[in-house]
Amino acid sequence: MSAAEKKYALQTEGVMKVYESDFGAIHAVDGVSLRVEPGEFVALVGPSGSGKTTMLSILAALLQPSSGRILLDGQDLGEMNDSERVALRREKIGFTFQANNLVPYLNAVENVELMLRLNKRLDKAGRLRARELLARLGLGERLYNLPGQMSGGQQQRVAIARALIHNPSLVLADEPTASLDTERAYQVVETFAGLIHEQNRAGIMVTHDLRMCEYVDRVLLMRDGKLTKIYRTKKEIRQLARSGREE
Amino acid sequence: MKNEALTSRLNGIKDLFSLSGFLAVKEVWRNRTRFLMVSLVIALITLLVLFIAALGEGLGNGNREYLSKLDGQLIAYQEKSDFLIQSSRLERGRLASIRRVDGVREAGMLGTANANLILPGAEEPLKIALLGVEPGHTGEPPAVEGRQLSTDLANEVVIDRNTAVRSGLTVGDTATIRVTQGTRDEFYDLTVVGISDGRQYALQPAVFAPFFTWDRVRPKSEAEVSGASVVGNVILIELENVKEIEAASQRILAQVNNIELATINQAIQALPGYSAQQSTLNTQGAFTLFIGVLVIGGFFQIQILQKVPQIGVLKAIGTENKIVAVSSVIQIILVTTVGVLIGGLLAFIFSLTFPPTVPIVFNGTTTLIAVAALLLIGPIGGLVSIRYAVKIEPLKALGLST
Repeated sequence: MSAAEKKYALQTEGVMKVYESDFGAIHAVDGVSLRVEPGEFVALVGPSGSGKTTMLSILAALLQPSSGRILLDGQDLGEMNDSERVALRREKIGFTFQANNLVPYLNAVENVELMLRLNKRLDKAGRLRARELLARLGLGERLYNLPGQMSGGQQQRVAIARALIHNPSLVLADEPTASLDTERAYQVVETFAGLIHEQNRAGIMVTHDLRMCEYVDRVLLMRDGKLTKIYRTKKEIRQLARSGREE
Repeated sequence: MKNEALTSRLNGIKDLFSLSGFLAVKEVWRNRTRFLMVSLVIALITLLVLFIAALGEGLGNGNREYLSKLDGQLIAYQEKSDFLIQSSRLERGRLASIRRVDGVREAGMLGTANANLILPGAEEPLKIALLGVEPGHTGEPPAVEGRQLSTDLANEVVIDRNTAVRSGLTVGDTATIRVTQGTRDEFYDLTVVGISDGRQYALQPAVFAPFFTWDRVRPKSEAEVSGASVVGNVILIELENVKEIEAASQRILAQVNNIELATINQAIQALPGYSAQQSTLNTQGAFTLFIGVLVIGGFFQIQILQKVPQIGVLKAIGTENKIVAVSSVIQIILVTTVGVLIGGLLAFIFSLTFPPTVPIVFNGTTTLIAVAALLLIGPIGGLVSIRYAVKIEPLKALGLST
């Protein structure tokens, strides 16, 4: 592993995902190369069918690419077998999904602690950290509530805590604001971004809602499976978020 | 090195069960009403299975109890009687020939008949099996209260526990037996000198009379009333060496004419209706268990279908398949065990309320086999759902697949 590879939490080179159909080959992801540093929060945006969810699934080690290379913390996902990929998801990746995020029969703190249990790292300090993290996310009074007793925004915040509790290298969020109202959506993404920066994790958020890009460091625009544009400066990103608000 | 590998393996198993157990117990506890409903269905199935088993045991026991507790190993029947005790007729003279055979320790006549025991104050008499046995010889039941029969002609009886319970007779009382002899109803007063343990015969409580007394008081046709010969049904044979049953049988058959021999087990199987009754009840029990497998299988399959997104999340965040599978197995075992416990408790409570006339017997072995079968139907029924859970793809479950 080179010094340059070490620098990035996530690095992809020419990732492709091709599906065969009756109408020929469909390039769901077409040669995507990207790099994300620790402490960087990146948004992956694009219209429906642009390939962003497929890309997220590949980065999450849930889907094998047709070709290309993915390095997470310097480890090549292509060289891993199924059980190593499961272990990688458990140890190195934190997830939040669009819906059905939480285990419905575990309360908020148990849902967060579940990641520590899975990694055999649930100790007194871990339990304390889970409670502190939930308290920081404004859920100090909701520690023992079941998901069904919480609002969508509260559930997303529990999912954020679960995604971060085990100190993963990469945090992936799939449309985390899809089921929230605007005010809650801003709150959730702002909190998410704050924690990613503070804990020095690499974060990638897939969203179709351009307004949510206000809190990210970089925006990657996908179209037809390709990375077509990258918004790097604060000004560009703010403009993009504003265009989302005006839509 | 080997020890380290073993310790690491054991720790792995401990971690697996700890995490799977945590998920399983939390889910069951937080959805306890739903799971309790399934446990109650299993409890009802348990109740049914246990009662069918107890009924089989009770009916079987009622038929075979006397024979199964016999102190003998062989039964001699009249030739070509198809091992039917009531069809066999053997004169008492045969007894001496059998006793003389090498390897026979003891033998005794058995005469069977149906009679009515008159109960003071009761409208209906108690239908009993009136059995003639030889005092001090094979076939006489040991008295657990009072004493044994004294002589072949004594005017006395030993009653079995069932007769005592149902008639209220105790040692020292007089038992009045009504029988039809020729065309007349006759009443005989016999003193109860002892009570044996349960020794039902042909589903009837038993009264044991000395053989000659039995011959005097048993129901008779007009011809038999005036007949002189003493005839019983079969001869019960006790061998000196139980292991030489084959050789002893050959010697008896060679030395005594016109008889056929059966072991106790063969004699029980040949009891009228016994095999058909037992196989019917066994089939019912097996079908009930099969229904249990379908019910549990159906419930857990529906439950897994409802939980697909949730299992998808668990797998996506790095939960191994074996944790999902073991967790499901633990849940199935929990739900089944609770159901079987409730069902067992209900069966026990109900059994206390049944009168002694109902042939239901909770025999330890039969009940244990039924309980083991009931505990097995859970995991068997849940196999399909566990396989389904293991095969859930997180991508599809989360709606991320293209």
